[in-house]
Amino acid sequence: MGRMLTGLGGALLRGALLGAALAVGAGSAVAADKLKVGFVYVGPVADFGYSYQHDLSRKALAAAMPDKVETTFLENVPEADSERSIEKLARSGAGLIFTTSFGFMEPTLKVAKKFPKVKFAHATGYKRSDNVATYSARFYEGRYVCGKIAGKLSRSGTVGYIASFPIPEVVSGINAFMLGAQSVNPNIKIKIVWVNTWFDPGKEAEAAKALLAQGADILTQHTDSAAPLQEAEKQGKLAFGQSSDQFRFAPKAQLTSITDDWNGYVIAQAKAVLDGTWKSGDTWGGIKDGMVVLAPFTNMPDDVKAMAEETSTAIAAGKLHPFTGPVVKQDGTLAVKEGDTAPDPMILGMNWYVKGIDDKLTQ
Amino acid sequence: MTLDIVQMVLVTVLAAATPLILAGIGELVAERSGVLNLGVEGMMIFGAAVSFAVAMQTGSTVLGALGGAGAGLLLAALFGILTVGLAANQVASGLSLTILGLGLSGLVGANYVGIKRDPAPHLAIPGLTDLPGIGHLVFGQDGFVYAAVALVAAVSWFLWRTRAGLMLRAIGDDHVATHALGLKVRRVRFLSVLFGGACAGLGGAYLALAYTPFWSPGMTAGRGWIALALVVFASWRPLRVAAGALLFGGATVLQLHAQAAGLGLPGQFLSALPYLATILALVLLSLGQRQGGSLAPAALGRVFTPSR
Repeated sequence: MGRMLTGLGGALLRGALLGAALAVGAGSAVAADKLKVGFVYVGPVADFGYSYQHDLSRKALAAAMPDKVETTFLENVPEADSERSIEKLARSGAGLIFTTSFGFMEPTLKVAKKFPKVKFAHATGYKRSDNVATYSARFYEGRYVCGKIAGKLSRSGTVGYIASFPIPEVVSGINAFMLGAQSVNPNIKIKIVWVNTWFDPGKEAEAAKALLAQGADILTQHTDSAAPLQEAEKQGKLAFGQSSDQFRFAPKAQLTSITDDWNGYVIAQAKAVLDGTWKSGDTWGGIKDGMVVLAPFTNMPDDVKAMAEETSTAIAAGKLHPFTGPVVKQDGTLAVKEGDTAPDPMILGMNWYVKGIDDKLTQ
Repeated sequence: MTLDIVQMVLVTVLAAATPLILAGIGELVAERSGVLNLGVEGMMIFGAAVSFAVAMQTGSTVLGALGGAGAGLLLAALFGILTVGLAANQVASGLSLTILGLGLSGLVGANYVGIKRDPAPHLAIPGLTDLPGIGHLVFGQDGFVYAAVALVAAVSWFLWRTRAGLMLRAIGDDHVATHALGLKVRRVRFLSVLFGGACAGLGGAYLALAYTPFWSPGMTAGRGWIALALVVFASWRPLRVAAGALLFGGATVLQLHAQAAGLGLPGQFLSALPYLATILALVLLSLGQRQGGSLAPAALGRVFTPSR
């Protein structure tokens, strides 16, 4: 999930809080025999979204092995200035460091080269080295389930999609959602609005209003604030949450929410370092691994709920792959043959829409 | 039906423009007096956090809004003491004010993340609000919107129709001469800075209490900077600040509608459109009126230490 730096305001916000974070996060004393585990977040831990979910895993790790590990974190670290922060953690004796944003990729590799004994785990990146592993979640699996729910529940036959940036992760999410929706309603339409930001409650709310005014009756988003959900709630429409369970913002509107759960991965990595079995590699977990978790299905009839649970179980069991052929691209060419499933590299580099989406993707 | 959609769009345009108008009009007064306060974003977000905290504690939107304005005023007072009182560098002080405001807002708001609140009530006059086409636009807004409109009118009148306003502008143009005439340069500037802070805080309060009624760190998302830029492009004129904010808000909302309607233009281009349109319109406006020399208050950003 590439959290990009957007706008001068964001840059200053992150710069502003960096000083405070450095002082608070990295200052704790560590007993010599404990493994020190550091976390670097791009946003505030209180964003109730991406960084918040990551910090939950830090807390889970601390609770799981209180005698063996000591955790620290740096929040609001700007991607452009992250090398300094990562190096500070490495220098202060951390044995394992999680760098949690796409933009931390190069800085992580640079620092890792300088500290060959420290292990690094970088979220959502694609470059690895001997002491840098990567991990990410198969969010598209959750989006497929959401698509099926939306296809069943939409009365107007139009779903609104608030998207951030046209990167493969977002595009594959849109495609998975569409394929899920088409599987229950072949005529479903998706209206997509690109807001070009990960987080701007006001703009996200405006996008939600625009989509609802254009006839969408269900909203889904790939941005981080709860504003679209609130707008849907206000207008008596339905919506999906993002990153963490946002039920409290929209008890009458939230159908489910695709949430990230990094606990299992983080704890397993720390264990591996402690056992001396840690190896670099890539982990891409989905519903099966518990990395992608769907919040409770609410505000839907029982049969739709049963369908959603069934779909989710089938994906977890490996019986169902969202990108099972035939998958046809927007221009009519066949991307995945009948009977095949899309290979991981195709999903990781997805830069085309499936058939049925009207929006044009700028390359 | 279509008339209702047009009205709905206009209502959202006004809503998107309101925080920019509020923050912009306050900064305009401060800059007209000769003080450049780059801390608008910080005062705005601090206002948002405090207003939400106060509103949650007291249950009152009005008290929340006052709290937000007060929070902006407090930060502005600090800025005023530094720059007007102690003649510190305005650019550096303003930037640090933004950083301070962002930090403080996180602190104040920490306990309120993830809590929602009902939005500020909207005016409802039986008969008038239900008028087709214009009812909601004219008679169905929340208090912040009316406050913003009133502020633009009041500031415009004050600056060009009152003696005090003339003094304020004169001080912004030449603090040495006005000081020699016996005008209270520092007092006027300090009060202008306070006014600017209160307006920015009110703009932040609007975001947290009415626009998207919850608190979240970083929720101003750069609106303070846009308000700052609007003041410059509007060549320091209140009505143009309002027009620029409406144009910016309008272009933002319309491009989202254009995307939702599936016009097929690239999203990145449409996202840049509000900025392009606003800059172009305001630059053309000020070009048309330029008669040699800068439109900016002549003493803007310059430090003043009274001679003894």
